[in-house]
Amino acid sequence: MTETQERSVPKPEFTDAEAGAKVFPDSNARSYNYFKPAKRKQTHYEDVTVEVQPDPRHYLAQGWLYGFADGRGGYPLDWTALKAWGSDRPEPERFPGSGGKGYEWPAHGWHEFRDPNEEWELTFYRYNSNVVRQVNQNVENARQAKAFEQWNPNWVNFVARNVGAWMHVDHGLGLYLYANAQRRAPTNMHNNAISVNSMHRIRAAQDLALYNLTLTEEVPGFDGSAHLETWNSDPAWQGVRAAAEQLTSIWDWAEAIFAGNVVFEPLVGELFRSHLVQQIAPRNGDFVTPTVVGVAEYDFAERDLRYTTAMFGLLTTDKEFADHNKSVINGWLAKHVPTAIDAGRKLQPLWSQTDAKPPRFEDSLDAAKSRFAGILNSLHLDVPKELSQ
Amino acid sequence: MSRQSVAKAHQKIQELSWEPQYHTPVSHYGTDYTFQKAQKKDPLKQVLRSYFPMQEEKDHRVYGAQDGAIRGNMFRQVQERWLEWQKLFLSIIPLPEISAARAMPLLFRTVPNPELHNGQAIQMIDEVRHSTIQQNLKRLYMNNYIDPAGFNSSLRNFQNDYCGTIGRQFAEGFITGDAITAASIYLTIVAETAFTNTLFVAMPAEAAANGDYLLPTVFHSVQSDESRHISNGYATLLMALSDESNHQLLERDLRYAWWNNHRVVDAAIGTFIEYGTKDRRKDRESYAEMWRRWIYDDYYRSYLVPLEKYGLVIPHDLIEEAWNQIWNKGYVHEVAQFFATGWLANYWRIDPMTDKDFEWFEYKYPGWYDRYGKWWENYNRLSKPNGHHPIVAENVDYVYPHRCWTCMVPCLVREDMVMDQVDGQWRTYCHEECRWTDAVAFRPTYQGRETPNMGQLIGKREWETLYHGWNWADVVSDMGYVRDDGKTMVAQPHLDLDDPKKLWTLDHLRRMPEVQSPNVLLNQMSDAERAAFVADYNRQGPAGRPAPAAS
Repeated sequence: MTETQERSVPKPEFTDAEAGAKVFPDSNARSYNYFKPAKRKQTHYEDVTVEVQPDPRHYLAQGWLYGFADGRGGYPLDWTALKAWGSDRPEPERFPGSGGKGYEWPAHGWHEFRDPNEEWELTFYRYNSNVVRQVNQNVENARQAKAFEQWNPNWVNFVARNVGAWMHVDHGLGLYLYANAQRRAPTNMHNNAISVNSMHRIRAAQDLALYNLTLTEEVPGFDGSAHLETWNSDPAWQGVRAAAEQLTSIWDWAEAIFAGNVVFEPLVGELFRSHLVQQIAPRNGDFVTPTVVGVAEYDFAERDLRYTTAMFGLLTTDKEFADHNKSVINGWLAKHVPTAIDAGRKLQPLWSQTDAKPPRFEDSLDAAKSRFAGILNSLHLDVPKELSQ
Repeated sequence: MSRQSVAKAHQKIQELSWEPQYHTPVSHYGTDYTFQKAQKKDPLKQVLRSYFPMQEEKDHRVYGAQDGAIRGNMFRQVQERWLEWQKLFLSIIPLPEISAARAMPLLFRTVPNPELHNGQAIQMIDEVRHSTIQQNLKRLYMNNYIDPAGFNSSLRNFQNDYCGTIGRQFAEGFITGDAITAASIYLTIVAETAFTNTLFVAMPAEAAANGDYLLPTVFHSVQSDESRHISNGYATLLMALSDESNHQLLERDLRYAWWNNHRVVDAAIGTFIEYGTKDRRKDRESYAEMWRRWIYDDYYRSYLVPLEKYGLVIPHDLIEEAWNQIWNKGYVHEVAQFFATGWLANYWRIDPMTDKDFEWFEYKYPGWYDRYGKWWENYNRLSKPNGHHPIVAENVDYVYPHRCWTCMVPCLVREDMVMDQVDGQWRTYCHEECRWTDAVAFRPTYQGRETPNMGQLIGKREWETLYHGWNWADVVSDMGYVRDDGKTMVAQPHLDLDDPKKLWTLDHLRRMPEVQSPNVLLNQMSDAERAAFVADYNRQGPAGRPAPAAS
């Protein structure tokens, strides 16, 4: 008979360590107690987001421990010119015997921001997985149905050059504007929302690049490298390129987000996507491109713009600094609106490059301007005179 | 996507990057390293079209397991000793994770290789995943474990208790100072490549042995991302090595990063694994054995040493010294003893070691009982209020230690403590290497070379100083470690919740002597007194014992 040695494994043990097994002080204190929720009840999003990035004005008793070469650590509030109420309150001073208490939550207005999309990892991966599945299926269905055969040569060229060129905008801004900015805002709510925005743009860039790859393989005469030449030297695109580059040169993180999402996207992004590509593609026999471009449009219009208006709406109605913030933002508008309008106008030749024509360029631009003015209105900002250019 | 199409897709997305023509991109961060533009390949080769569904699938498994754990009444089998230490661990870890996300842009302008930036962006969002999935795990513990106190206050208490700043270095070191020192060497080359093995692999295994299979579920999912991040660091390191002028800085940074990670991570994870477990099977690996396997063999011998041929100066002496600290000098045991000494300044419960624990420690670490046994017997004796003070204020042959100015773990291996006057202040350091970090490495010149981008050690780095002269009851109230009856403390030196009389309250603390800051006292001494203090301190220990009387 074979002798079996007892295996060495941990033994389960009944510990009865589950909630409710005993009653004692705090036995029912089952909610995070270090912040006040925006609404009556703490949301799941708030629980996994709020106060992960600490603030010396709250509980960070010993202050930041590591600094840059200038001795400043963490997330200085003056990394943007905008201010939320309480921004000018000094950090609590610490010294022998000072104790460690900070100001009462939230200490200043920056902590009042909540991402209305309530993005955290679970929602983020669900959403983006659905997007890539949807895009994949649309393109694959079109490929199997030989839908690309309906495209005329002019349209093939238009998609190769112009739809292709937009991938560079998404990629450049995704990395060097949005991913860069998520290091710099004063709360975890801001920075997580911005990092999600960044990934939307990087994904949209890859969506276009991989769509371009499929078209290169499927459509005779489709030049898969035409987008590079267009982006590098087509005069119609150099305004967009200059505007995108200007966005990545902005020092102030809030200015970068504002200029990207409130100015550039409505006046240039939506002008190109919604008022050109989405309008013109079906008339040229293409029902696939709008589905690829449309998910990026949805990212912006339904999610990224939504957090942006919530973020800046708090600042333009701030109980202490509303006027200051509006004045700063007006300066940003004066700087970025002309660049965006110029970029949009330089795109005008695209409106006459295909066989089936889109709406008039001026009508498209007017629609984009109207949308932009509406966003400013919702933020209690005046439409700048530069919009009339 | 098929394997072939992923490769093709990855090749295609390399067309996305472009060089600016009209405006210079903003450069927020500096480095003293220099990089030649090089076409290093993106080691991740990750395309979002496949990345998102992959992560979603991993989420399905994690959240499915969480549902299962609740339905299967997992918390009837978890060891309270284990879950109590998770109150500290899960307060610490979401901050390093999110800081790693924030660290990625430090590399965008300083490492001129757009292909690597793709991998760094994916790491950024991975880290957002880790931070929020870990906050969610803590939330689940808070909702389902018998004692939610400490979980419910974790992000307040982690940032003000007497252990918290130790853990916070593991985050702040990623996001400030020289961009390469912080985001590449400290974060990816050392913290992720070496120490996530003990954090995210060794520790979850111990969780499972204590009836908690959710920690392994979440952290193994996290670790599957870490392996990709390690590739990011490796590619940047190879780029840095290709420029010989970087070698001096690499040597400096590897020494700092290795030593600081050892001091911080081994202190915390070593304590969780050795003192947070009830699994005392003799054939289960000790932390020292895990360290030897995961860090010495897998990291040092397999990863670091082969880089020597590319010109990387490996801190062999410090790797051997870290092992010496763990194996011969009882580093983890000294830290656990310190954490338990100040149980009242924590927000979790630390129960006494039992005979079974003693037997295991003696088997794994011969000589353990002679060093630490008596103190833990005293800890047990003093664990229920009975007219005496908490152990920190009782005479148990333990000299309350000075903090290390650099790593903020106290100077527990007493013979190694060094003192120096830096920036006009007398400071104590747990080891010469920590003195070097503060006095030599984190300075604007290094070995005669200008290092204007090097960061600084800042902040009020000694917890005790904030409460110098305070009554302990006021300290605990100030930090917010009081339960909802307004007097019972969150922390307890035992796990018994049955009898309210056995629970320590603020009233018990009022009778204690005031908190004294060792650093304040040190700076009040005369030179002669300070010299005598150092001589005495170096003769103390092990286990914090006073120096023997001079014969």
